[in-house]
Amino acid sequence: MEEHDPVEDLKKGFDVVVMGTGLTETILSGILSVEGKRVLHIDKNPYYGGDGASLKLSQVFAKFRGETSKSTNDPKDKDWNIDLIPKFLMADGELARILRSLQQVQDNVQFQQIEGSYVYRAHSGGILGLGGHSGVIKVPSNALEAATSSLVGILEKGRLKKFLEFVANYDDKSGPMYQGKNLDKELMKTIYDQFGLETATRDFVGHAMALYSDDGYLNLPARPTFNKIRLYASSVAMYGSSPYIYPLYGLGDLPSAFTRLSAVHGGTYMLNTEVLGFEYGADKKVSGVKIKFEDPKHDGQFIDLVINTSRVVAAPEYVPEGKKKVPTGQNVIRAICVLKHPVKDAGDNSQIIIPQSQIGRKNDIYIAVLSDKHHVCPKGYFLAIVSTIAERGDNPQDELKPAFELLGAIEEKFMGNASILWEPADSVEIEDFDNIFVSKSLDASSHLESCTDDVKYLYRCMEGKDLDIDDLKKTASAE
Amino acid sequence: MSEGGPKPSSSVKLVLLGEAAVGKSSLVLRFVNDDFQENKEPTIGAAFLTQKCNLPNRTIKFEIWDTAGQERFASLAPMYYRNAQSALVVYDLTKASSLTKAKHWVAELQRQASPGIVIALVGNKLDLTTQSTGLEGSMGGLSLSAAANSGADGDDDEEEEDARQVTTAEAKGYAEEEGLLFYETSAKTGHNVSEVFTAIANAIPESTLKTRGGPGTGRGGAGGSSGDTFGGTGGVNLSAAGETNKDACAC
Ligand SMILES: Nc1nc2c(ncn2[C@@H]2O[C@H](COP(=O)(O)OP(=O)(O)OP(=O)(O)O)[C@@H](O)[C@H]2O)c(=O)[nH]1
Ligand SMILES: [Mg+2]
Repeated sequence: MEEHDPVEDLKKGFDVVVMGTGLTETILSGILSVEGKRVLHIDKNPYYGGDGASLKLSQVFAKFRGETSKSTNDPKDKDWNIDLIPKFLMADGELARILRSLQQVQDNVQFQQIEGSYVYRAHSGGILGLGGHSGVIKVPSNALEAATSSLVGILEKGRLKKFLEFVANYDDKSGPMYQGKNLDKELMKTIYDQFGLETATRDFVGHAMALYSDDGYLNLPARPTFNKIRLYASSVAMYGSSPYIYPLYGLGDLPSAFTRLSAVHGGTYMLNTEVLGFEYGADKKVSGVKIKFEDPKHDGQFIDLVINTSRVVAAPEYVPEGKKKVPTGQNVIRAICVLKHPVKDAGDNSQIIIPQSQIGRKNDIYIAVLSDKHHVCPKGYFLAIVSTIAERGDNPQDELKPAFELLGAIEEKFMGNASILWEPADSVEIEDFDNIFVSKSLDASSHLESCTDDVKYLYRCMEGKDLDIDDLKKTASAE
Repeated sequence: MSEGGPKPSSSVKLVLLGEAAVGKSSLVLRFVNDDFQENKEPTIGAAFLTQKCNLPNRTIKFEIWDTAGQERFASLAPMYYRNAQSALVVYDLTKASSLTKAKHWVAELQRQASPGIVIALVGNKLDLTTQSTGLEGSMGGLSLSAAANSGADGDDDEEEEDARQVTTAEAKGYAEEEGLLFYETSAKTGHNVSEVFTAIANAIPESTLKTRGGPGTGRGGAGGSSGDTFGGTGGVNLSAAGETNKDACAC
């Protein structure tokens, strides 16, 4: 068995070493493994998922309150799978497309629809105006629903219907020219003006359908917004009542499923492994990584090892600030709320958007509501995970207050510090690029579309060509 | 093969767990292909194999999941065993430390897997022992069939030339305490191998079988509670396209 010594095997080196088992990194290592690369995947935590892991309740108590003993002995503890970063998949989005082409990932993870998508509407200006009809309203998913929605007034309904039909008939493949307009030039604001849409209508089209978290898009060309609205509509059309799907047992099952894909294609996995540093060649490019890990043959004994590789993919937490990563300037605040009741008017699994305009903010607040239907908590409990981009440094609790008020009685509330969103500082274009490819932090949006954008971007940087998902399907099934 | 009417047939996910080189893949190879390889390479890159097990009144189709190498550095994802209806936790009876590892996996399954999971503890490489149970001093010549063993208070001393490091009594006692099926096997000779799988098939409660999804629906949950995933409302079949290639390689 000497030649099968796993440590000897590590010493042979790898085509790519991947650090961090967040979704971006695991999709990439899955893809690279399917393509035949020799991949080593490391995580410093003893679990998969990195910042995007789904934790047990006991782990959440330990993480946010330092209460290590709390509820670990509770037999129900294993029924909790609490996302640190809650997000949904667009049913017709890119990630779903990737999953559809990789049967082996689907074998490992099951999806269920999210039943509703809701938007908060304050009456008489502000959430404190308790007298009005403040509350959540279902987002219309198509022109027909829009025509019956209580979100818009009678006169506005016709205009909205016209607008949505106009967007629905656009086909991005035929380029930016559409019915005499150049969508790469024309601003979204101008298009709204042409259809005479009221501010409130623009608000929910932009925030609840195109899923922008601020109003910046109004002054940008219309084409991306058209595509986002179309994605929303085609996603709703797939399974019914909302555009979202979500994996059973929490979002953390997605990275796990991709690690299995990678392993099935020969990837090597090491959790609980500390990265001690990078090694560089004379050409200033990375030549290896130094790691410390527990010897698989001797419990409790640690080995330092340099592993040769010419390329590294790393999550932001594995590289130092400065040369390799910089803050985007956006910090996200999140609160995990445990409830014993569904959210009023929004059911037991849904997305609620509180648009910035309704509460005097610049950024929307998102609430992901989940229940035991998705196996994220025991029966009788509900999870509501609230998030937004921080606008003030002082009091995150206060910033999320409008959401807390919507939720009613909260059994437990867990809040950490705002998390910094990172992005890579250098790129392949620079002359002395070191071949360490850094992913972005998962963004503040409510879905995973930007994650797959990052996967495609990193793939292009690494391989010098576009990721061809159909090709991947052929390779993966040619086993 | 004669088929006396349509017997109900159900798929059952079975996962393999255990220290490296205890013979997990060899047991599967014996069960599925009735074959053995003397110097089988460590598993890197197995997906899963399927094998039918015919019972008198029903057919169980095992979907056998090998560990694909992820356990080599203790990095198996809970997802691997979460929806399993059955597990084969294997140790090498010539290596005491492998039983410790097996106990760790049993605890992990009891903590994380579906409540109704059927777990079989399997001591493999029985052919490497000269005597049958490691308890000959006090027990006399017991039969190779582990299930026939009883009485655990023997003399644990091993005979000089015997490679056995785990006595039948020790492992069996532990298995009884934890409510596990228990067998000693040899993937090399085939001893007790099909017996393990048949025992598992028999132990799977009928109620957990009914709720399995059809082809192309992904893996259904174990236990009836999660079985409504694809049948009921909200379940999503990502690739409505249908049949999947399940008979992937096992290396
Ligand atoms: N004598 C004997 N050798 C066996 C038996 N079962 C497996 N082996 C040998 O033990 C070695 C390891 O067997 P594998 O089936 O690869 O073990 P594994 O548990 O799948 O190992 P990993 O995939 O590395 O986790 C191989 O050389 C096999 O030939 C057995 O019953 N008797
Ligand atoms: Mg194996």
